[in-house]
Amino acid sequence: MRILLIILRKEFLQIFRNKIMIPIIFVMPFVQTLVLVYAATFELQNTNITIVDLDHSQMSRKLGSKFDASPFFDVEFEQCDYDNIDKMLLTESTKAVLIIPHDFENDMRMGIKTQLQLNINAIDGQTAGLISIYVNQTILSLLKELKPFMNKTDLSVMPASIHAKPQFWYNATLNFKHYMLPGILTILISMIGIFLTSLNLVREKEMGTIEQINVTPIKKWQFLSGKLIPFWLIGLFDLALGLFIGVVLFDLPIEGSIFSLFVFSGLYLFTAIGLGLLISDFADTQQQTMFTIFFFFLIFMLMGGIFTSVESMPIWAQYVNKINPLYYFIKIIRAILLKGSGIQDMMNEFFALLAYGIIAMSVAVWQYRKTS
Amino acid sequence: MSEDNIIEVENLVKKFGNFTANDNLTFTVKKSEIFGFLGANGAGKTTAIKILCGILFPTSGNVIVAGFDIYKERNIIKQNIGYMSQGFSLYEDLTVKENIEFYAGIYGVKRKEIKIRLDELVDKLQIHDLKNKFVKDLPLGWKQKIAFSVAIFHKPKIVFLDEPTSGVDPITRRQFWDLIYEAVESGITVFVTTHYMDEAEYCDRISIMVDGKIDAMGTPTELKTMYKAKNMDEVFVKLARKQTEEIK
Repeated sequence: MRILLIILRKEFLQIFRNKIMIPIIFVMPFVQTLVLVYAATFELQNTNITIVDLDHSQMSRKLGSKFDASPFFDVEFEQCDYDNIDKMLLTESTKAVLIIPHDFENDMRMGIKTQLQLNINAIDGQTAGLISIYVNQTILSLLKELKPFMNKTDLSVMPASIHAKPQFWYNATLNFKHYMLPGILTILISMIGIFLTSLNLVREKEMGTIEQINVTPIKKWQFLSGKLIPFWLIGLFDLALGLFIGVVLFDLPIEGSIFSLFVFSGLYLFTAIGLGLLISDFADTQQQTMFTIFFFFLIFMLMGGIFTSVESMPIWAQYVNKINPLYYFIKIIRAILLKGSGIQDMMNEFFALLAYGIIAMSVAVWQYRKTS
Repeated sequence: MSEDNIIEVENLVKKFGNFTANDNLTFTVKKSEIFGFLGANGAGKTTAIKILCGILFPTSGNVIVAGFDIYKERNIIKQNIGYMSQGFSLYEDLTVKENIEFYAGIYGVKRKEIKIRLDELVDKLQIHDLKNKFVKDLPLGWKQKIAFSVAIFHKPKIVFLDEPTSGVDPITRRQFWDLIYEAVESGITVFVTTHYMDEAEYCDRISIMVDGKIDAMGTPTELKTMYKAKNMDEVFVKLARKQTEEIK
């Protein structure tokens, strides 16, 4: 026990003296939550749209001002010059071009079917879809205003006669930040668990100090515990810091119990640290470690459901996620924070992570050799 | 095992794939002597030392260190030896004092005892102003002297030194050897590798390794007579030349 304390003391001394470690531990939570949560958003805001008004009527101007008033669009009015429109889409100075035809007002008054042309840059399909929906809704809102004054409307887009009124559960205001934050926190503590642990262990190999450790009678469990416990604690500390930032700055709801969140996080960090140790067993330099972890981490992160929904992935991908620890933890942390789930609601995930952690840690410890 | 032998090696073989790093080594080291392990770079000195320290498994052969078997009793051996590698393995981002406290602690030296021995060491080496400096800020010669002091801080029976003086000036090397003599006087056996032939003269007995084999063994005087050489340098060159002629 005394030996373990001696190693812990040495590790903490080194961690807090490391010029890179301190910013990672204390600044990364702020940067990740502040930058990523704001930046990694799917919400449509201030999208550049160009309106070409060929009608120059009262009605067309009214439509234009509808777009102008919308928070989703930054509107620019252009003359009809098809070459120029092509160029604007090509150079991405505008995301979409809406063309209001001649006789727009006239046709509407006469009750003749009229069509607007909408050209969208669809390189990013998801955004393009959103733009299309928002544009249609903006046009619809004009129609609704006009409806009482018109006897007959026959536009391509008609207000649906049956209207489903959705009620959004667990994230009633559809606050995208509340959805992203748990994901960002997952990335944060995964990086500490996998990256920092692994790099710290490989650094001893690179510096050659591991050899000196190996000739001492120190036991494997003492050395490894001393190496791993600090990062387990730092991971939990950063989670708490990240949650604090989330609550203070983003009104992140904590529906479930903090206790179960930390039980799961402790378990998840155990798994992550096991993986970090496993990778360090096979790497000789910090560079090798970085590349190896990057390879796995990128796949884990993109497949785990932080940015995209796992349910809409192909079946094989969903199976791959069974060996993705991030997948389990993202599900857990979102469920606890947003739905208020407890441990009893997530027994499957609990045992999956537990089994994962035990296997990863056992293989890693078994692979770790004091004598080669 | 004879009473005065502290290391007994019999037919030690270590292979890395097809390459034989240690080819059938047999030798003994007596208690409280300075045993010099000489050889050109790549002759297999470091491999042998790592096996004796229990951080490399031998391919075959019998090895007894401090009375314990290298296969079964590695952990007891480790308690009884000290080791200083080519890359002197002090932590650069810890101070001298912290390094000593750390290593002494994991060898199980009691806290009070650490304090007493540390004060003695600081007095002996006159490092009152150095002890709270980071190791990375020390000159190479000091790093090596302190690494040696750390290696014998827990009072081991044997200390293994793997090219401890490479890269420092003659005066510092001389000072380093004074420390080695002092350690021998306190009863520690010293097993040292070097490729400085003047240092070989300081050893009680030496063995010269060429290409994984021990080619010659004896006291410096014996070897000089045997090879009709004025100094160890000549002995070494003659042995190396013999080897190259064999290859031809």
